[in-house]
Amino acid sequence: MENLTITGTAKTPTIEFDYQTGNLNLKGRSIPENSLEFFQPILNWIEDYTQRPQVTTIVEVKLEYFNTSSSKHLLDMFKKLERLSNNGRQVTIHWHYDQEDEDMFEVGQDYQIIVKVPFKLIPSASIA
Amino acid sequence: MNKGIDIYKYYSEMEDNNILLAYKGEITSKVLTSLLDIVEHKLDKLSEGIKVKKTMFNVLVECLQNLYHHSTEFSVLDIPNSSYSHVIVMIKRDIDEYTIMTGNYILSTNVNTLKTKIDKVNSLDKEELRMYGSKVLAHDGFSDKGGAGLGLIDMARKTGQKLGYEFLPINDKFAFFNLNLKVTNKS
Repeated sequence: MENLTITGTAKTPTIEFDYQTGNLNLKGRSIPENSLEFFQPILNWIEDYTQRPQVTTIVEVKLEYFNTSSSKHLLDMFKKLERLSNNGRQVTIHWHYDQEDEDMFEVGQDYQIIVKVPFKLIPSASIA
Repeated sequence: MNKGIDIYKYYSEMEDNNILLAYKGEITSKVLTSLLDIVEHKLDKLSEGIKVKKTMFNVLVECLQNLYHHSTEFSVLDIPNSSYSHVIVMIKRDIDEYTIMTGNYILSTNVNTLKTKIDKVNSLDKEELRMYGSKVLAHDGFSDKGGAGLGLIDMARKTGQKLGYEFLPINDKFAFFNLNLKVTNKS
């Protein structure tokens, strides 16, 4: 299947989903007014991916900001990957956060509890 | 010339009240982006710390997007006087806190539902609010408009303060909803 690449904007993140390597990267800001419109193709791609996944999938989330409507879609995405993990595939989510950003750390913890997939919180010097 | 309004009076009043931003009108996607951009630049210029900048930005995104979705709802309702879909947004900067103030018309019939949601959020302490937020995120049906009140929960969580509000009755059909959010700026 094809890779999914979406260039980031002031309100939407950069998406680099590489099918061959199973590396799924999300980076930047996710604050669109109509978040479903943005996330639908992403969710569709993940759905297809779960039909023919790689042995190992690593999701790198490096978000500087995201709004509450995006938070629902992120969860949808993680839940789809959770099903993959339940089927014996190895899925890891890396949640990167700015070490000074307590809120982003806390939200990461919230997802960590809700999503039953290895979920690592990774502090970094700055996320831009 | 028209019988002039005293523009300097408005200017001075805003200056005296440390108004960082004031906007009145329609909230379109473009306006929303511009307002966020302006505020982000101003906060950079004021050399605010990362915590304050992030909180202000996050909270403002939620506020403005609520206003945006409500305006869109109103435009669908076919309300003759379009100014009912207009809003006001002001940001005040004091020594140790910022106040984000928004005002918009809502249907009188929706006042109680909204009031109940805000009161619920305001009744919870930090840890309860976090649990409530997770619960709404994980279990409630999705609404792109954040109808479950996730936005309100998030505002309370991020600011760590109660949401100030007031409903002013305007006429049979409308009330004016004023939301006041404080963001502390103490290091």
